[in-house]
Amino acid sequence: MASRRGNAKTGEQSDKYSVLLPTYNERENLPLIVWLLVKYFGESGYNYEIIVIDDGSPDGTLQIAEQLQKIYGADKILLRPRAKKLGLGTAYIHGIKHASGNFVIIMDADLSHHVSTLPLKQKEGGYDLVSGTRYRGDGGVYGWDLRRKLISRGANFVTQVLLRPGASDLTGSFRLYKKEVLEKLVEQCVSKGYVFQMEMIVRARQLGYTVGEVPISFVDRVYGESKLGGNEIVSFLKGLLTLFATT
Amino acid sequence: MATLKLYKFTVCAIYNKNIIYETELSNRNTFILTGGFFNYNFALHRPTIFITMTKLLEWLLGVSLIGVAWGLVTFDLLDLQLPPQYRELAWPMPVYLLVVFGCYSLATVGYRVATFNDCEDAAKELQAQIKEAKEDLKKKGLKIVSAAPVHVG
Repeated sequence: MASRRGNAKTGEQSDKYSVLLPTYNERENLPLIVWLLVKYFGESGYNYEIIVIDDGSPDGTLQIAEQLQKIYGADKILLRPRAKKLGLGTAYIHGIKHASGNFVIIMDADLSHHVSTLPLKQKEGGYDLVSGTRYRGDGGVYGWDLRRKLISRGANFVTQVLLRPGASDLTGSFRLYKKEVLEKLVEQCVSKGYVFQMEMIVRARQLGYTVGEVPISFVDRVYGESKLGGNEIVSFLKGLLTLFATT
Repeated sequence: MATLKLYKFTVCAIYNKNIIYETELSNRNTFILTGGFFNYNFALHRPTIFITMTKLLEWLLGVSLIGVAWGLVTFDLLDLQLPPQYRELAWPMPVYLLVVFGCYSLATVGYRVATFNDCEDAAKELQAQIKEAKEDLKKKGLKIVSAAPVHVG
C-alpha cells in the first residue's frame, strides 16, 4: 500500500472551517470580529482559519489585518487582499481558492453573534448550507424602531410569498456552506449585493441542497449608521422581481 | 445540392429537479420555447432542451388555470348548466380571494412585527465583549484609533 501524505484521519477531527471576511473600510470592526471568532472557535475546539479579503480599503484596514496576523499567527489569519472594490461574488470566489477548510463560513464584519452555532447546527443535520435567521426561534434584532421592523417583516413576507424559498431569512449573510456547495452556487448566481445572498439560497433550494437555520441576534452597526431609505427599498424590490422572473 | 440534416431533440419539462414531461421533436417542427435553453444531456445521450419553470411562470400558470376555471363556471362557457348557486358563488370569488389574502397578509405581518424579538441581552453582552476585546488586543500589541461606540439602552 503506498503511503498517503496529509491527514488520513476521518471523522470530525478533520473538519476545518474557513471564515471568509470580505472587508471594505472595516478598520474598527475587523479586530473585534477577529477577536470574537478566535474566542469562539478556541472555546469550541473546532479547527478554523480566517481569510480577510480586503478590497483596497483606504482607511487602513489591511494594516490592521497585518497586525492581527502577527498576533494570532499566519496559519489562522490569512490575508488575501485585492486591489479595489470588486464585489461580493468575486470576493467569495477569491476566498474559496485560498480556503483550506471543507466548510466555508460567510459573515459580514458587523459583529454577528456566536459563530460556533453554525458548525453545531450543520453537524446536527448534515446540512449543505446553514443560514442565520433573525425571524425564527429566539433570533432577533437590537435597537430597531417600529418602522424598520415593519419594513423588514413586510419585505420578508413579500419574498416568502413570491419565492417560497424554504428559508425564513434570505437577506442575512451569516452562513455556513460546504465548500463544494459554495463553489457551485457562486458559479450560478448573477446578482449583486444582498440580492446575491438571496439568490444563493433560492438556487440552493432549486439544486436540491439541504438548508438548515439557526436563530441569530442581529446587533448591527455598532460603529456607523445603517440606512434603510426609499432607495434601498426600491432596489430590493427590483432585485426581488428579477429573482422572481429568473429562478 | 444542399441537404438538410435532421436533428432530433428531446424536450424535458423540469419541475423541482424532476422531469415531469418529455417529448421528442425534430427540427422540422420548430417553435420558440420561452425560458428554455439548449444543452447536451449526458445522461440521456442526446441534445436536450430544458424548460425550467421560474416562479413567474409558475404563478402565471396557476393564475391562468384558476382564471380558466372561474371563467368556465361564471360564464358557463362549456354549457354545463350548473345550478345558479354555483355561478353566484363563483362570480365574486376573485375579489373575495384578494381581500382574504390582503387581510391575511396584514395580520401575518402585524403579528410578526409585534413578536419580533428584541435582543437586549445580546447587545449588552456584545458591548461587554467589545470592551474585553479592546483591552485584550491592546495588551497583545494592536494599535488602533477607535471611534466613539454607540450607547446601549
